[in-house]
Amino acid sequence: MQLEPRENISMLRVISAPILAIAAAFIFCSGLIMWTGESVFAAYGHLFKGGFGSRFAISETLNRATPLIFTGLAAAVAFRAKFWNIGAEGQLYFGALAATILGTGAITMPAALMIPFLFLVGALAGGLALLGPVILKTTLKVDEVVTTLLLNFIILLFVNYLLEGPLKDPMSMGWPQAAAIIDQGVLPALLPRTRLHIGFLLALSAAFIVWALMRYTIWGYEIRAVGANVNAARFAGISIRKTVILVAMLSGGLAGMAGITETAGTKGYLTLDLSPGFGYAGIAVAMLANLHPLGVIASAIFLAGIYVGADSMSRAINIPTYIADVLVALSVLSVLVSLLFVQYRVRWK
Amino acid sequence: MDWLELFISAGFWAATLRIAAPLIFGTIGELICERAGVLNLGIEGIMTMGAMVGWMWVFQGGSLWGAIMFAAFIGAMFGLLHAVFAVHLGLSQHVSGIGITMLASSLSYFVFRMFLPNSTTPPKITAFQPLEIPYLSKLPFLGEALFSHTAMTYLALAIIPVAIYMLYRTPVGRAVRMAGENPVALEAQGIDVLHIRTGAVMVGSALMAVGGAYLTISAFDAFFFGMINGRGWICVALVIFASWKPGRALFGALLFAGLDAFQVRAQQLAGGIIPYQFFLMLPYILSIAAMVVMSKRMIYPKALLVPFRRGDRI
Repeated sequence: MQLEPRENISMLRVISAPILAIAAAFIFCSGLIMWTGESVFAAYGHLFKGGFGSRFAISETLNRATPLIFTGLAAAVAFRAKFWNIGAEGQLYFGALAATILGTGAITMPAALMIPFLFLVGALAGGLALLGPVILKTTLKVDEVVTTLLLNFIILLFVNYLLEGPLKDPMSMGWPQAAAIIDQGVLPALLPRTRLHIGFLLALSAAFIVWALMRYTIWGYEIRAVGANVNAARFAGISIRKTVILVAMLSGGLAGMAGITETAGTKGYLTLDLSPGFGYAGIAVAMLANLHPLGVIASAIFLAGIYVGADSMSRAINIPTYIADVLVALSVLSVLVSLLFVQYRVRWK
Repeated sequence: MDWLELFISAGFWAATLRIAAPLIFGTIGELICERAGVLNLGIEGIMTMGAMVGWMWVFQGGSLWGAIMFAAFIGAMFGLLHAVFAVHLGLSQHVSGIGITMLASSLSYFVFRMFLPNSTTPPKITAFQPLEIPYLSKLPFLGEALFSHTAMTYLALAIIPVAIYMLYRTPVGRAVRMAGENPVALEAQGIDVLHIRTGAVMVGSALMAVGGAYLTISAFDAFFFGMINGRGWICVALVIFASWKPGRALFGALLFAGLDAFQVRAQQLAGGIIPYQFFLMLPYILSIAAMVVMSKRMIYPKALLVPFRRGDRI
């Protein structure tokens, strides 16, 4: 078996390949559903209805998609430069931590200033959480995959300590949670009687800004060049170190902002279960989107729909919610393969 | 208990070996993959899968040794999947590995929930019991520290010399190392690089899964969600610390486990002064520190992360 590059890549193939791949993932997964003894159609019906079937379902899905867009962008930007930031989960918590320290009464401003301020400090904190790994990488060539992954565990334990100690809300009845974000900092609701807040619009604009940045600016060009071929980029006079640090700050900052949408938006305060793995799911989001910033929007909404839908499916019929994670993982793997076959054809010899 | 007493207590040394054993399996597994030129970030998921299937095998009435075989087999299957993506299709090893971890861990949880839908307290099995070695187990200090472990702990120690022998003293081992150093030269010898890499990833993944199973059928007797808790990633760090040498991997795993065992005991001594979370952070901080220390002296396989396509000339 041999792979050879296709000479011309048709647009039809580029669009249809991921869709076919996701359909394939659903088919693989129906094997697992049959094992549970439930009807495949009923299961996917519940999944779809729970994720997209009503005004409430859609608002919940978009609400869940909000942090996923941010963490998805964080992964997409970093992976594009082949900087493997797997630490979005920790960076998200760092952002949330910054919001908690500064947004629970330490600083008071009108909402029009307070909300942008929280996003700014969240981004700075997220970048800060990635500063160690990126410096270790650029100076000592320490592999960032492992350092960012391990930092997730360290940061989560640190947040755990703060929530049981200095940051614990005395009014929380012994529950390990921080004080609530002050009213001026709370993200206003987008739809009445739902949890959807303006964080979603901010996530959408972030995706457009990142897309424009990657496509139309020299920074974006340099980031893509470093990812495509590091030696060629160096030869062209691009400072690799500077670009990698820039990517890291951008990526960490975006992940940090996911922490803001959750503390100042959905939850209102910092807890240890603030993120059910948004940082890790962001990697899946980015991969499904083939690292394209605008594609991240669609894939984040798709993933959020699966997660929200699976929750309601497992309430309605007897299928463990973990089916959602299996479905996402299978989608990621099959989309990866499908995108390869967009670019290459197989020659059997 | 005094600080010094800690180190001269047999329990401390016994705990060190117990903590090191799953790391040895995982580290050697990862090392074999990387020696053949393939980074395997599926390790965290494959260890979770091994922990689940090993436990489930015994829970369903299978034997303990059967559980090891079964875990190894399932691990090898996930290794094969990673090899198809990363070796045969030449996809990014990072991306494929992360995908494998996602798939293997979510599938483990799904399958576990299918068999045990509503268990809040995980049911227990009869795990491996410490071996009673005649005379040796009765020795005053060494008996408890070294000679009262389960068979699986000794298996972990035994795979180190086997791995060294296989990698450095057999034609297969030479081919594996060449696949990671200079695959073009290996191909020129008439040996199929893709086959060698696939085999290495499958064997490595089988060892990772056995490392996961160690936790559920030897160290503990139940399966918990999230019980691997970053051990797979620590193994990836240990491979770097070991500079891709199996002997040093043993040293790294023991050193790491010793510090971890120390951490648990120090926690009891310093309890109340330093919050327990900081002790729990130590293993992760140490892994990062280990990589920083070794960063200057790293000799990594030249073709690590480089996909091999027949006919490509570099």
